[in-house]
Amino acid sequence: MAGFHFELVAPGKLIFSGQAESVLAPGSEGDFLVLHDHAPVMALLRPGVVDVEDTAGQHSRFFVRGGFADVRAHGLIVLAETAIPTGELDAARLDQEIHDTEEDLADAPDEQKALWQEKLDHLRELKSAMKL
Amino acid sequence: MPSLKDLRNRIASVKSTQKITKAMQMVAVSKLRRAQSAVEAARPYADRMETVLANLAGGMAEGASGPPLLSGTGANSRHLLIVCTGERGLCGAFNTSIVRLARETANALIAEGKTVKLLCIGKKGFDQLRRTHEKMIIDQIDLRSVRTITFATAQPIAKRVVQMFEAGEFDVCTLLYSRFRSVISQIPTAQRLIPPEIGPREENATAYDFELEEGDILVQLLPQAIAFRIYRALLENVASFFGAQMSAMDSATRNAGEMVKRYTLRYNRTRQAIITKELIEIISGAEAL
Repeated sequence: MAGFHFELVAPGKLIFSGQAESVLAPGSEGDFLVLHDHAPVMALLRPGVVDVEDTAGQHSRFFVRGGFADVRAHGLIVLAETAIPTGELDAARLDQEIHDTEEDLADAPDEQKALWQEKLDHLRELKSAMKL
Repeated sequence: MPSLKDLRNRIASVKSTQKITKAMQMVAVSKLRRAQSAVEAARPYADRMETVLANLAGGMAEGASGPPLLSGTGANSRHLLIVCTGERGLCGAFNTSIVRLARETANALIAEGKTVKLLCIGKKGFDQLRRTHEKMIIDQIDLRSVRTITFATAQPIAKRVVQMFEAGEFDVCTLLYSRFRSVISQIPTAQRLIPPEIGPREENATAYDFELEEGDILVQLLPQAIAFRIYRALLENVASFFGAQMSAMDSATRNAGEMVKRYTLRYNRTRQAIITKELIEIISGAEAL
């Protein structure tokens, strides 16, 4: 089956670039799966795990925070503030992320508080889900 | 005429200066390499971010005016200039040329009857601008304690700029920094940050479906884009700084070398002149007997 081009980029580097069979992304309104020929969509990602299945059927998983997914005719681009392979994720790192988000929440103007609060909840959820 | 001892001291002091400049040059070379790779590493994200923004902005143009961060406040009377310079000197004209660009920009805006505010990143620019534009400087951000610039360095700055914008403190924000082209060429550049300069839209771009409200996504995306642009400017600036420092230190080392050569020649001539003079004195003394 035809794959599509997938790229995961963080400010410091290009983390993943290549053909993918499917990508499961944690959208802010719920997870969604991107396959070949997906309609153009722009979505906000909640902190969570992006699961990439490449054309050989291999899965790689990345923890993503502060991300946007941009699906276009020729592929999917995920812009993330932080992106790390799940293998490198540990409790300390996650705690740091939670701490950062708490600070962001404290700084955010009132009308955006809900958004940040939501992000914080997602992170805590993720932490308990990973039993760290 | 300086005595032999004076000349010897002079040579020794120039030599030790040369050692220092040589060491600084070498440090700058290795730091430059690191800074350059950081600039390179930021490129993919920058390219993707530009396309996403261009597509979004292109999509917005047809209908509503979009959030103020994208389309501006509509006014053009109050300007904020973010001036990024180095924290240290000994880097040739690096800081001065950014400051000159900042002064020219600020003065041109003032001549047009606009209000200008300055936000200085880096100590050197602040020190120089304070002399002429002190009243306009609203703050100085010190990055001296920051060893390597990461995205997290730029975020608080961007947050502050966005907050000021939302509080209605300015209409247009411009970022001044030095773009790194090569070791010998760093170009002081002005980039408009708010409303952002946006490239042409991709040709076959289709209208997006938005999972959330379009505005909600932009509210999240735009501050990030601003933070990223500041981050990128800081990286370019660091690379430019070390590039400038490297070539400045290179020519300083060469100058010191020439100076040592000149003084050594003079030292030898003086020494020989003294010997000749002593011989003449001895010979003429012997003849007189």
